[in-house]
Amino acid sequence: MNARIEHITGRYAHMEIDGKPHRVYFEETGQGIPLLCLHTAGSDARQFRAVLNDPVITQHYRVVAFDMPWHGKSSPPAGWEKQDYQLTTASYTAQIMTVAHELGLDRPVVIGCSIGGRIVLDLALKHPRELRALVGLQSAAYVERYYESAWLNHAEVHGGQACGAVAYGLTSPLSPDAHRWETVWHYMQGGPGVFTGDLHFYQVEGDIRERINAIDTSVCPLYMLTGEYDYSASPKDTEAAATRIKGAKVTIMKGLGHFPMSENPDEFLKHLRPVLDEIRSTTK
Amino acid sequence: MIERIPALVNTDPAITRWGRHLNDSFMVEVGTQQYLLTVRAGQIASVVKGPLVQRAWRFAIRARAECWEQFWQKVPAPGWHDLFALLRRGDVAFEGDQRVLMSHLLYIKLVLAAPRKLAA
Repeated sequence: MNARIEHITGRYAHMEIDGKPHRVYFEETGQGIPLLCLHTAGSDARQFRAVLNDPVITQHYRVVAFDMPWHGKSSPPAGWEKQDYQLTTASYTAQIMTVAHELGLDRPVVIGCSIGGRIVLDLALKHPRELRALVGLQSAAYVERYYESAWLNHAEVHGGQACGAVAYGLTSPLSPDAHRWETVWHYMQGGPGVFTGDLHFYQVEGDIRERINAIDTSVCPLYMLTGEYDYSASPKDTEAAATRIKGAKVTIMKGLGHFPMSENPDEFLKHLRPVLDEIRSTTK
Repeated sequence: MIERIPALVNTDPAITRWGRHLNDSFMVEVGTQQYLLTVRAGQIASVVKGPLVQRAWRFAIRARAECWEQFWQKVPAPGWHDLFALLRRGDVAFEGDQRVLMSHLLYIKLVLAAPRKLAA
């Protein structure tokens, strides 16, 4: 055999989420502290390919990245054809906590990007004692609508191309082309209406501005890492949120965009490794 | 800059492939200066510099000259690097048929960013 085989394993897990049976695809590698990875809206867990492939991280962390229901290789629940998909704070939280429980992840560190960076703020409020630490990438308490996401799910607009065009703009011009376009490809593969359904949480329902000052980072530490080229959840948005959360630790990542782990893995890992080292040495 | 777009775009299949099904005209305004671009199957067939009277276009993209200057830097600064980045900051206006704009968004973004190749 000549092929270079990655150490990642990909498997399907069956579980009930919100009372409905689901078949959830997840990738896993490494040993140690569980690190649960949350991908961005309209994409899938391939975004974390470099984190899963980093021996520096996987020697101390059991890295698990799952495709959200409706995304990647995770199917939507039976009956999906009868309704529009729409993500909410409650449904997102339920799937994360269910996946963590059903996969036997004991007090995991949760790292999430964009919508994942938003939901970690909610997890910090509702489940701080069940989680070891939280890492929000491109984390903002709210992003107001600046374009009409309904166009991304329209009979006369190619959803794959339109979603890809939105994602392309959110990458940094300094990120390597191959990784930028890999990131765009994931968006082009999303199911119809799924990105738009995720944005309902991101741009409408999941406004957490009024509640974040109640986050207690002494119970569950919170790290916020944001790429400077992101205009969706911009450094300014992250800093505005962080000023209201005592103890939140902010890093602005120079030259990176909205998808740091996927669009420029090498640069991103330079920021993530010290954060994970700190979590390992300062939390129990 | 805009007048150089046909030469930059028409020889670049990585851009023209995304406009394969676009056959329409759109207006780009750099401050008060109008440019009417006509696309035929992804090729920029013409760029007509204004002032123009009563010309038809499918959609228009308008921004201040200083915004386009930032946008066309070789490596634009954060917040100036994409059409939607300008939109988020409120520095660009999209008018007309949004459906056609959104159905060729990647093409339009790449076409309008093409002048960056000329930046020093």
